[in-house]
Amino acid sequence: MTTGANRWQRFADWDQRPLRLDRFAAEDPENGFSAFHGKNDPQGSLVIENGSVTVLDGVPQAEFDMIDFYIARYHIDPSVAEEAMAIPAAELARMLVDMNVPRAELTRLAHGLSPARLAEAVAHLSALEIAFAYSKMRARRTPGNQAHVTNAKDDPLQLAADAATAVAFGFDEIETTVRVSRNAWSNALACAVGSAVGRAGTLFQCSCEEAEELKIGMAGFTSYAETVSVYGTERAFIDGDDTPWSKAWLASAYASRGIKMRCTSGAASELLMGFHEAKSLLYLESRCLCLQRAIGVQGTQNGGIDGAPLAATMPGGVRELMAENLIAVWLDLECASGNDARPTESEIRVGAKILPYLISGSDLICSGFGSILKYDNSFNPSLLNGEELEDFLVLQRDFESDGGLAPVEETRILELRRRAVDAVSAVLEELDLAAPEPRMKESVIVASGSDDTDSFIPRQVALISEKISERGISMLDAVRALDRRGFSDEARNLLFLLRLRVSGDYLQTSALIRQGRVMSAVNDPNDYAGPGTGYRMSAERREDIARIRDVLDRAEVLRTEGTFAKAEGGRIRYREAGPAKTGDDPGEVVVGVSPGFGLKLFRTLAGHPLSAVLKAIKSGVEERGLRMRVVRLLHTADTSFLGLSAASLSGSGVGIGLQAKGTAVIHQRGRLPHNNLELFSNAPITSLDHYRRLGSNAALHALGELPDPVVVPTRGEALGSRYHARVALIYAIETSLTRDGAAPEEIEIELVEPVE
Amino acid sequence: MKTRPFGITDYPLAETCPGEVRGGRGMSLEELTLERVVSGEITMDDLRITPQSLSRQGEIARAAGRPTLALNLERAAEMTALPQQVIMEIYELLRPGRAKSDAELIAAAKLLRETYGTLKLAAFLEEAAEVYRRRGLYLDRY
Repeated sequence: MTTGANRWQRFADWDQRPLRLDRFAAEDPENGFSAFHGKNDPQGSLVIENGSVTVLDGVPQAEFDMIDFYIARYHIDPSVAEEAMAIPAAELARMLVDMNVPRAELTRLAHGLSPARLAEAVAHLSALEIAFAYSKMRARRTPGNQAHVTNAKDDPLQLAADAATAVAFGFDEIETTVRVSRNAWSNALACAVGSAVGRAGTLFQCSCEEAEELKIGMAGFTSYAETVSVYGTERAFIDGDDTPWSKAWLASAYASRGIKMRCTSGAASELLMGFHEAKSLLYLESRCLCLQRAIGVQGTQNGGIDGAPLAATMPGGVRELMAENLIAVWLDLECASGNDARPTESEIRVGAKILPYLISGSDLICSGFGSILKYDNSFNPSLLNGEELEDFLVLQRDFESDGGLAPVEETRILELRRRAVDAVSAVLEELDLAAPEPRMKESVIVASGSDDTDSFIPRQVALISEKISERGISMLDAVRALDRRGFSDEARNLLFLLRLRVSGDYLQTSALIRQGRVMSAVNDPNDYAGPGTGYRMSAERREDIARIRDVLDRAEVLRTEGTFAKAEGGRIRYREAGPAKTGDDPGEVVVGVSPGFGLKLFRTLAGHPLSAVLKAIKSGVEERGLRMRVVRLLHTADTSFLGLSAASLSGSGVGIGLQAKGTAVIHQRGRLPHNNLELFSNAPITSLDHYRRLGSNAALHALGELPDPVVVPTRGEALGSRYHARVALIYAIETSLTRDGAAPEEIEIELVEPVE
Repeated sequence: MKTRPFGITDYPLAETCPGEVRGGRGMSLEELTLERVVSGEITMDDLRITPQSLSRQGEIARAAGRPTLALNLERAAEMTALPQQVIMEIYELLRPGRAKSDAELIAAAKLLRETYGTLKLAAFLEEAAEVYRRRGLYLDRY
């Protein structure tokens, strides 16, 4: 106990919470710390003369920086600009949340809106309105998700196993990167092979240096690229070592080789890079997004991304991340909506951050979700990681919302991991890149993370990677190697990805592959127009999402109880001894047990055998010199009525009601049903000693004394979440055995001493 | 074979006209089989998208209300004519400070126009050359 401290000790408690590891920043618009209202944010404006933009957001053409120029030249459609810019920002905001204004009308108008006007409009919306508008405005109807697959050793065996695992959970895209940059080719090969295990069509990228990444793509290993970053100020752009023209060149280069691509931008990157121009996160991001539409990429990875942790330090920062995603989809871009770099140590902030996206849906909810453990994430930990993947599965089930994933059975995961490790090993051997040993493979298959593996280390991986690059090995070599070694399904799945390049169907906006078919904003457009429209889960999909592991049902409860029945039979015998009589012995305490007690149900929620509970109560009663008599009540299973009925039959007028699940009450003849003497409602934490003292107190009441009530101490456990499903199922078993007006039965019990 | 612009109902091409979708050396989608890969008949060049498919995807993007995506796909259609090495060299040249004056970019544009006949890409480089000059991007960075 602390005495004399000049502080409310709750603050000391709060200091210990993970939240206090987060460091927050004051709003400071002059120094770039403002989510929505930068000191130098311009008012939205456009002047168009002779079909070209001469003033953009207050900047005259002569002063355009290269971003202004590109936006003015390629984003602004002069034929829409006058109409669109005439609509006040607040009216645009209302249109975004009006389900009667079609999405297509808003995306058309966006072609004529300047970056500042787009930002002004979404700034009018509350967080809830942004989430709703996002749900209406996102491009593809069916939501999807993306995973990170990396590990701390760049181990190809683990990359393959983890890629196959991510695919099994339903990720539509997987993204890898490297710990050591020269390992890129090895990582790309390993993830590609792993992602082909189980099903075809998971898109794959390897994030590394721009030029290297394009080469890896051209060799066939990757099917999309994402980390083509753009920035909202010219100086940040130059430090990023690119220009809008070099980025647009890359965008066309990827498309020319049939590879899907999106750009990346996110709040606070300019602030991190030191060139924010005292403008708000949202305004700079709006410039980035207009630029991306201008470049002609189909989509964006957007929503803070690496800057998300910085954005989240500011007032309104998380709302801003949602707002910039809304601008992205308003501009008709595919949106891989961030929710990646972990912006907080608080699990509550994590859950709150993901929820709007989960319930509104997104082209790719996370970009990506850390499917591996936090320490294995070479991008740094994600908002959600391997540790929390089941939490996300449960959130989907809670809100009946499709986050793109579904539970997978343990045995299935193990099969897939083994298959992936065998497949990638076959490729490494066939192409004479490495010879994985059995111990390496075995360690990887069951490993949760790279701490538990005994496999390749980064230096060995570098050698593999250099061989792939130097020998000009392509994905077709991997396909042939797989086929030679009997992995023809995987060979076909990889070829399927390569064939996607030929038609280019997945170059359209928001494309992913489901059941072997391209699904994009062209053939699966978001048609939300109010309740009953837009994406709705099918009955089958709902079942898949609901099928998490370890769920209870009635049969499961009875089966579990059945396993206790035999042991209990060796400890206690119940003999029915006819209708229960009203006693006349003032030295007795009657225990009224529930209908299923010892017949269908054999232990309390705390796990105590019912024989032990009766024995404890008996010893408590007897230590006060009184006697216990047991009756079974058949007209009720309710604790209060069990207790009051037992009291009515008791010679002393004091009775105990006892349910099979362990809830107990001391009652007295003549009291109102719910006005008992003592209630033991927290069965899961009620010990045998508590039951003994319950017996003792009941006896003291019978003797006319006023004992100290027994307190079952609680530490605030969420007992409801742990036990209520079982409680409800058990209680339903008890109530199903009751019969109206059934008379109580006398039960003679014989406690059998265990044979030592 | 269609001559009118492709539209939304022509999408996805792999499903609406698989016989017309051809790889870089003329094989149709149906001919791109695992057996041919294993026999060595198929190379990465067979798995390249053609300018025709890119143009059609551009038309579909335009019909879907995405004119800037269409422009990108049209540039990409031209870019199929460029060897990987040329693509990489010009990308490098477009990065800030790589070209020391607009002459290098203009020379690259001339190469694109005269050697490869890629007029849109050539104009795109010339536009970059002008903006880089105005914004002082011909600077030494390392």
